[in-house]
Amino acid sequence: MTNQDENKEGIGGMINPRRYGIERVAYLLMRLSGLGLLAYFIAHIYETSSILKGQIGWNEFLAITQTNAGHAILAIVIAMCVFHTVNGIRVMLGHGGIGVGKPARPDYPYAPASQNIRHKMGIYSAIILAAIAMMYGLAVMFGE
Amino acid sequence: MRESIIMKIHYGTALAAVALVAVHILMRLTQGFAESLEYDSVITNYKFLPYAGMLEIILILLSIHGFNGLRVILLELKQGRTYEKVVSYGCVIAMIALIAYGSRTIIMVNTGMI
Repeated sequence: MTNQDENKEGIGGMINPRRYGIERVAYLLMRLSGLGLLAYFIAHIYETSSILKGQIGWNEFLAITQTNAGHAILAIVIAMCVFHTVNGIRVMLGHGGIGVGKPARPDYPYAPASQNIRHKMGIYSAIILAAIAMMYGLAVMFGE
Repeated sequence: MRESIIMKIHYGTALAAVALVAVHILMRLTQGFAESLEYDSVITNYKFLPYAGMLEIILILLSIHGFNGLRVILLELKQGRTYEKVVSYGCVIAMIALIAYGSRTIIMVNTGMI
């Protein structure tokens, strides 16, 4: 009898963006951006707690983040935030049955109705908007 | 709790957080990014009760959304009775701890305890 575990690819399978088109890339980016944003959120809560140490403590911590590397990380966070938001709204609409097409008999070549041009445009829009927001964020942070 | 209800909470917290985080970011841009991060400016923000209240709501919304998202990712990777319980309870505990830690900052600054 075949071991069921042989079909489980684990993290390797989850992070493999190939084989299933742009939807699979969006799936991966959604999870990566979610984990990145959670890590940033925890760091942000810790960072802001330095205000309890008074002005000196706040300025010391701020000096660490107000560097080129700090600004670059924040720009990536902005991109992750915008992608996660726009793609998240697409996923929510999809789960609500919006934009996934009507149910139909599966005929050759068995193209899934839900993976249509509307949702592909949503994914590409999320990527483009994330890039624009990141560039805007960089302009604001490095423009001062 | 049923997963369908958890996902409704997940989506609800996401939509609410998007609106409130937009206000939070716009506050940084109203006076210039660097100036808005100066000590006095940040203290003024925290002491303004409606803004402090909004920060508290953002903290709760994002903690719920973030740790439920982490729980979903971890449950996609591996399944099992014990594993699922450990992941679910672990995420709830981490969420409560983060909310408590963040609330401590907001309450202490807002009430002038520093």
